[in-house]
Amino acid sequence: MATSSFISTRLSSGPSIHTPISKKNKLSTKIMAVMTPQTSDRKPSTTGSVKTGMTMTEKIFARASERTQLSPGENVWVNVDVFMTHDICGPGVIGVFKREFGDDAKVWDREKVVIIPDHYIFTSDERANRNVDIIRDFSNEQNIKYFYDITDRGDFKANPDYKGVCHIALAQEGHCRPGEILVGTDSHTCTAGAFGQFATGIGNTDAGFVLGTGKILLKVPPTLRFVLDGEMPDYLLAKDLILHIIGEISVSGATYKAMEFVGTTIETLSMEERMTLCNMVIEAGGKNGIVPADATTFKYLEDKTSVSYEPVYSDAQAGYVAEYRIDVTKLEPLVAKPHSPDNRGLARECKDIKLDRVYIGSCTGGKTEDFLAAAKLLLASGDKVKVPTYIVPATQKVWMDLYTLPVPGSGGKTCWQIFEQAGCNSPNSPSCGACMGGPLDTYARMNEPQVCLSTTNRNFPGRMGHKEGQIYLASPYTAAASALTGFVTDPRDFLH
Amino acid sequence: MASLTNPTTLSTLTHHHHQPSSISTFTLFNSPKHPSFTPLITHSTITTNPTVFRRTPTITSATTNPSPSTSTASFHGTCYVVRDNIDTDQIIPAEYLTLVPSKPDEYKKLGSYALIGLPSSYEQRFVEPGENNSKYSIIIAGDNFGCGSSREHAPVALGAAGVAAVVAESYARIFFRNSVATGEVYPLESEVRVCDECRTGDVVTIELEGSLLVNHTTGKQYRLKPIGDAGPVIEAGGIFAYARKTGMIPGSLQVLVFCSFSAVLWTRIISKLHIQACR
Repeated sequence: MATSSFISTRLSSGPSIHTPISKKNKLSTKIMAVMTPQTSDRKPSTTGSVKTGMTMTEKIFARASERTQLSPGENVWVNVDVFMTHDICGPGVIGVFKREFGDDAKVWDREKVVIIPDHYIFTSDERANRNVDIIRDFSNEQNIKYFYDITDRGDFKANPDYKGVCHIALAQEGHCRPGEILVGTDSHTCTAGAFGQFATGIGNTDAGFVLGTGKILLKVPPTLRFVLDGEMPDYLLAKDLILHIIGEISVSGATYKAMEFVGTTIETLSMEERMTLCNMVIEAGGKNGIVPADATTFKYLEDKTSVSYEPVYSDAQAGYVAEYRIDVTKLEPLVAKPHSPDNRGLARECKDIKLDRVYIGSCTGGKTEDFLAAAKLLLASGDKVKVPTYIVPATQKVWMDLYTLPVPGSGGKTCWQIFEQAGCNSPNSPSCGACMGGPLDTYARMNEPQVCLSTTNRNFPGRMGHKEGQIYLASPYTAAASALTGFVTDPRDFLH
Repeated sequence: MASLTNPTTLSTLTHHHHQPSSISTFTLFNSPKHPSFTPLITHSTITTNPTVFRRTPTITSATTNPSPSTSTASFHGTCYVVRDNIDTDQIIPAEYLTLVPSKPDEYKKLGSYALIGLPSSYEQRFVEPGENNSKYSIIIAGDNFGCGSSREHAPVALGAAGVAAVVAESYARIFFRNSVATGEVYPLESEVRVCDECRTGDVVTIELEGSLLVNHTTGKQYRLKPIGDAGPVIEAGGIFAYARKTGMIPGSLQVLVFCSFSAVLWTRIISKLHIQACR
């Protein structure tokens, strides 16, 4: 195939356990990538020679720190627009907050704090349940406006406030807005960068600080620019794009940097696809991911927020550390093989990998459009899945969409009807589910050394439970195709 | 000074118990973490059982605001070597995240699970089953240590297990930031791949002042990189202390903070020290 000349030679190695080696050793002239190195004469902003042009990330920092100009590398105090925490970090954050500011302290702004139980919800683990009680008590005490509570664990639908996965809930509830600063106690907070804002994950101590002051000390990151052009092939999804990028730059390729995604392809992506893209920025070590806001963004936000916002855009003369140009028409469906998100492989070259199960869920691959994609492929095949296929919608809204939204081209069938016909397991209660393993009784947790292909975001050893479990990360198309065969499968086998 | 060979004598000083509070008392501490340190034991008294000492600000100097000066702190102990890309799931697997770091008994439990997620290719366990602490007080790592999830439980678990410092080729940024914010482990960077030249069990010393890592078992020395932008925050004693120092948070809390938590700080220090000789 013509495309093979564009693929790194690393991809042609057979399925194997990924042995971490020094990233320095991996820089080889043999790599012929679809991505070309910088060809324009943009000056790197780190030299300090750029005085007036700023990237959109830098502009957001400037506005949030009330400065007119700043450069990457500077440490600034910024005002936080939205702070998010969930059930596993919330109690620790509250502990820090009370210790530092006093038992009677009040949060800096009860309308800017969003508390979302989502990680360990549907479990009988007592400490997990207690942690939800702790964040509830705090929310009541502080009169937190946005606390998406759950009290009846036996039936998620009986909880009108409960949402599910925090990053998807933040978007669906209108907490993500262009130009703002959002921080959360979860590494995938970077998902919100899809809305043209700065969003990143922080730890409990930093979070306790934000709760009390509404400010955080941050270093302005330099930006890596990814220009994606070309019409998106109908067998690719945003997951394939980000897996390609991570495979190209490695799990530490974007450490301390912002990843800016622009280009004609990006402009055609829906909000949920942009969220998938930004979601895995952290897997490359990135500080934040960011997509310029456009008509798609504004349309999405129309019915979700009445808070005014002001988008920012990178200057033409802004400086970037590096720029990568990607022709998406040359890409193929990918997987990340065990045990690293940068262990990139072509799906079609992994077709001998036998799977024990397929998992479709999480903030990365459990949104409405992810399920619509999986359903579309299952419909095209008409067959039944060969392995247990777990469906875990990210939020209540996604769950409802599975049962109500018609799948395009299906004659009015819903996702669930198609899943059921194909023999998938019933959709489970919306939450983070087994993406990170969790308490031992978590639904779909990998408690034996099995091989799983999932639409989630990490595949380090033990990620979904068992230390010897093997996880292949892939797009919803690839997941559906693989479920149908019981082996890692390129979705083109069913989509053409 | 109470004899350090009789730890119980020192521990009686710590019995003004405050309400159970967070382990990150280092960040509360008013004074910079190490400028006026006198390590309780110098590394010239190496015995066959290498011991651990932490940087310990003395109570008497805590009420003043000493200007940052060159550090006299050092860390000495046995090292545990890990490879590249050790993600936070390996440092503290997700199933243990129900433990809340700001609760003292759960903080201790986190220590018992430190690095339990490492694959079985690592022959020596970091913490023995049934123990809360590790016999290894220094971790030597490759690239991108602490990548993955932002869980602050990761540096906390290491600190709770008794780790004083990590020397890695490079860090993932959230882990690095959390280490600095909590004060749980001192995150240092080496200039070369020290993880290729050290073995688990080697006796090492880290000298902050000279930015040096000394491996006594192999006889080799390694330069460490300067701490960089995190320096002022670490020197101030963590993000809260730094904020108070620079006026971001009202400074009047300083005295209250010191009085309330100095005792708790001592409790924590003593419980982490394995003391062998008198100063």
